[in-house]
Amino acid sequence: MEAFTRLTGAILALPEENIDTDQIIPARFLTATRFEGLGEHVFADWRLDGNGAPRQDCPMNEPRAENSSILVAGRNFGCGSSREHAPYALMDFGFRVVISSEIADIFRNNALNIGLLSIVVPQSLHARLLELDGQEISVDLEACTLSVPGAGGDETFSFPMDGFARHCLLRGMDRLDFLLSNETAIKQHEERL
Amino acid sequence: MPSPEAPQTLFEKLWRAHEVRAEEGDVPAILYIDLHLVHEVTSPQGFDVLRARGIPVRQPSRTLATLDHSTPTSPPDASGRLHYVTEQAQLQVEMLERNCEAFGIELQGWGSRHRGIVHVMGPEIGATQPGMTVVCGDSHTSTHGAFGALAFGIGTTEVGYVLATQCLLQRKPRTMRIHFDGALGPGVSAKDMALHTISTIGVDGGTGHVIEYAGEAVRSLDMEGRMTLCNMTIEAGARAGMIAADEVTVEYLRGRERSPDGPAFEAAAERWLTFRSDPGAVFDREISIDATRIQPTITWGTDPGMSSTLNGVLPAADTAGIERALQYMGLEAGHPLSGHPIDVVFIGSCTNGRIADLRAAAAIMAGRKVAPTVRALVVPGSVAVKNQAESEGLHRVFIEAGAEWREPGCSMCLAMNGDTVPPGKTAVSTSNRNFEGRQGTGARTMLASPSTAAACAIAGKLVDPRHIGDSAGGA
Repeated sequence: MEAFTRLTGAILALPEENIDTDQIIPARFLTATRFEGLGEHVFADWRLDGNGAPRQDCPMNEPRAENSSILVAGRNFGCGSSREHAPYALMDFGFRVVISSEIADIFRNNALNIGLLSIVVPQSLHARLLELDGQEISVDLEACTLSVPGAGGDETFSFPMDGFARHCLLRGMDRLDFLLSNETAIKQHEERL
Repeated sequence: MPSPEAPQTLFEKLWRAHEVRAEEGDVPAILYIDLHLVHEVTSPQGFDVLRARGIPVRQPSRTLATLDHSTPTSPPDASGRLHYVTEQAQLQVEMLERNCEAFGIELQGWGSRHRGIVHVMGPEIGATQPGMTVVCGDSHTSTHGAFGALAFGIGTTEVGYVLATQCLLQRKPRTMRIHFDGALGPGVSAKDMALHTISTIGVDGGTGHVIEYAGEAVRSLDMEGRMTLCNMTIEAGARAGMIAADEVTVEYLRGRERSPDGPAFEAAAERWLTFRSDPGAVFDREISIDATRIQPTITWGTDPGMSSTLNGVLPAADTAGIERALQYMGLEAGHPLSGHPIDVVFIGSCTNGRIADLRAAAAIMAGRKVAPTVRALVVPGSVAVKNQAESEGLHRVFIEAGAEWREPGCSMCLAMNGDTVPPGKTAVSTSNRNFEGRQGTGARTMLASPSTAAACAIAGKLVDPRHIGDSAGGA
């Protein structure tokens, strides 16, 4: 997993609520046996019409999308299927951070496990970030803060983050090493079974 | 932390019994996994992790695999060849076959009488038992909570963790109890309870929680119905749903392949019945639902919370979400649901592909014909379900009605095996998700119970299954 400390990048806003993982990566792309290259198909049915032509009204098709590293999405982002292909497709497309007022449990776990920083913010800040579509903000995982442009210069907001997830992300640490280091405790549990 | 004497919820009992290490400040708990179910879609990269590190599967005997998502539901051709949707789908299935061989994992593969949807197969062979922790790289793992197990879906990275260590890092979720007061009316099923519940608490109403279902209407459900209810828990955002084991659970498990035998079974059953919430146990959230008011329910929108009774009317388009959903579904605000024409009916999936579901559908279809404008598919959840249905003659009911009787698999639920609903066509499906494009690009999905789906197939339009006699007419 690639380490994450801080990032300044442009927002791409998808304000729709309840964006499910079938939208992020439709099931027909799940026969892949590797996660690499899924970015090509991210939001496939939002980006392409029935004839395979790009839809003009989809923000993901705007030239700026590929240079946007921060996705701000509507409430309850990533609901539905547990497919890890979804956060991988978003990362492969170029996102490093996902922000919403609510993120589905399994998606959030998956994202944090693979190095896609997923951040839950209060509704007021969420609404403001959605309005900053296309603008740059800064994310600092060390301090757990967002720097957001405001009328009187940048404003800083802190965000909650699971301490262990933060620790792993800052170091690019694979949790499997931590689990394997608990061999004695696992063995003891198994002896009691 | 409550003292050991304090009343505990079912969830707390299972959580504590499986803690290899308790949560400590920033470090999540390490939870031991009793049963790891595996299928072809979410496992390849998990096995790659083992290969890269040169480590074995820690507990092959606690790992159980099947083929379900990418498999064709048409029978092999005359030469015995299976026709996969793509070469890649076949490669994915073959990869799981090779991985199971290489790592010593039992696979219910081609030729197994238990091959089928992972959440049908596990309970059916008695692998899922009360008091267990069960995981799978599949969000509908919540199904297994019907047995009084703590069961939830995980991602593929975590599949790799469990293969390697039989453990997961987990933060303790909050608890919620949903109590159903009173009994269900005639013709109302577990699917209707599930859809009603999701529309009551919302598609994110369960986020961060484990839900325990309780009350008379839950106790009265058979195991198939309990599995349907727990299966749909993820559609309310909760990773796990659970129902305490009782005599219904015990009798379901008696005599199953992986259930204990003889006196060992009685001892196990006694232990299973201890996994229940103590009187006075405190939940973070409690919700009551009047079961007597639940009616046959169907979704009209593009998330499982957008539903109505079949005799209801479509809502006003007063939010962007509702407006977008109605437009996608080709529906008009304020119009009645009943009578809306449909094109496809899909009966199957991990939600409603079990024998009781097929019996319910067959009871409606018997002696009737599927409307000529409708393509109806019946896809049993496993080979065992298919065999059982055929021994009861249910397949003849479906075939004589004009429905397709297909081979087991996930099929049209997520439409990755080639079974798809064409763009712009409306399907009544007994599956679990009505997201845009879920059953094929541009497909319009309406979720309902097997009885409702069967009734709609006959009528060629939306109809309350309790009125099939009067509204189907000569169709």
